[in-house]
Amino acid sequence: MHSGIYISQSDARPMYLQIMEQIKQRVAVGDWPRGQEIPSIRQLAVELRVSVITVKRAYLELERESVIVTQHGKGSTVAADPDLSPRLYDRELAEHIDQGVRLAELLGLTQDELVVRVRERWRQASFAGSARPDKQEQDKQEEELV
Amino acid sequence: MSDRNPNAAISDFATQELAIQDVTIQNLAGHDLAIEMEGVSKRYPHFALQNISLNLPHGSIMGFIGPNGAGKSTTIRILMGLVHQDQGEVRVLGRRMPAEQVEAKREIGFVSEDMRLYGSATLAWHMELIRSIFPSWNQVYADHLCARFDLKRQQKIKGLSHGQRVKAALLLVLARRPRLLILDEPTTGLDPVARREVLDELMEVLTDSSRTILFSSHNTLDVEQISDQITFIDRGRIIDSADKESYLDRWRRLRLEIPPGVVTPALPGIVEVGGSGRFSVLTINRFDPAMPALCQDAGATVQSVDRMTLEEIFISNVHSRRERQAV
Repeated sequence: MHSGIYISQSDARPMYLQIMEQIKQRVAVGDWPRGQEIPSIRQLAVELRVSVITVKRAYLELERESVIVTQHGKGSTVAADPDLSPRLYDRELAEHIDQGVRLAELLGLTQDELVVRVRERWRQASFAGSARPDKQEQDKQEEELV
Repeated sequence: MSDRNPNAAISDFATQELAIQDVTIQNLAGHDLAIEMEGVSKRYPHFALQNISLNLPHGSIMGFIGPNGAGKSTTIRILMGLVHQDQGEVRVLGRRMPAEQVEAKREIGFVSEDMRLYGSATLAWHMELIRSIFPSWNQVYADHLCARFDLKRQQKIKGLSHGQRVKAALLLVLARRPRLLILDEPTTGLDPVARREVLDELMEVLTDSSRTILFSSHNTLDVEQISDQITFIDRGRIIDSADKESYLDRWRRLRLEIPPGVVTPALPGIVEVGGSGRFSVLTINRFDPAMPALCQDAGATVQSVDRMTLEEIFISNVHSRRERQAV
């Protein structure tokens, strides 16, 4: 089985994180269904040309996050109930917000100014169809429809 | 049970036999180690290898890095029994070196830059020679490698480029399927495509969890990508030897803005302090996630916390050590 996972050398994130993220994506969209057997650590290491210890680390962290289950001598499977979507992206969101806050400080923005910038981006993104309009706006639109 | 295929019983028996053999092999090796060096020293007029201790478990791959003249090749030669240590214990695949080197070498594949093939003989002739000496030679695998490395068997060695020679030497070693590969700078001087082919075949070797690789390299990218263990050597001493993930995890670069009058806390493991004026860059080799908050609490602004590549760690490690020694 070919995993289709791809490691980018120019990606600044460590390789184990790249592997984790791509496995989570496969699980989240159902490409790797619940309970399905996934490649062994060694198989994936050989396929990706990365060290066994790197893949082992990715699997250990995925297990800690309950995305996969590893049984000794039996290999790893996708967890029966991987509670993915909220937990999967929550930490990533927190990291991006931290980075946003840091850059805002560098630019000398106030808290409110940063919030305004976030709203602006949100509006542009929802025009482009990639983000939901926020709840209030949605309610307003629905009221208008009624 | 009665309807079981008699062959299954035979193969069960074979598995048991193998299991018993495995146990003996492990007993021989002491505890699952392919390479053990303990307190090894070797003195030359202008260079000394000092108190080298090194462990490499079966089934893993170790990248051995260090600047030119650090002692990588000398260490490798001691492992191969080509140079005899003045002091210390060396066991390779459970065999004491150099005393039991003949037995050990049957199961070791060794490739180094100065390895000589016969210039006026063809690759096919070399393959035949190795096949006649080593019963473990696998012709199917040798053919596969010939194709993978894009080598022509009828070509004479003297007509090969540097890269082709390296690949030919690797082929002759890999096709014996040795339990331990010791490779001195296997990717040096190879073009990117050839380097990739070589790394691919090395990873392929590790599909078998009982086989082990030690390779030295200047190319930190190769080491960072494929090795499980990293060993750092400088000026004849081992500076660090650790599993790659926890090693890379320990190193960070903290960029701080420190207002006048603020004193940053004394953090453990600061290797280098750079920057100028209000801006300071700390290189830390014992990073703890609590450190940025400690700096903030002291009144400094943490601008970034960056992971480091093995290359950056390598340079920082060697620099800081040289500076300290100069003082």
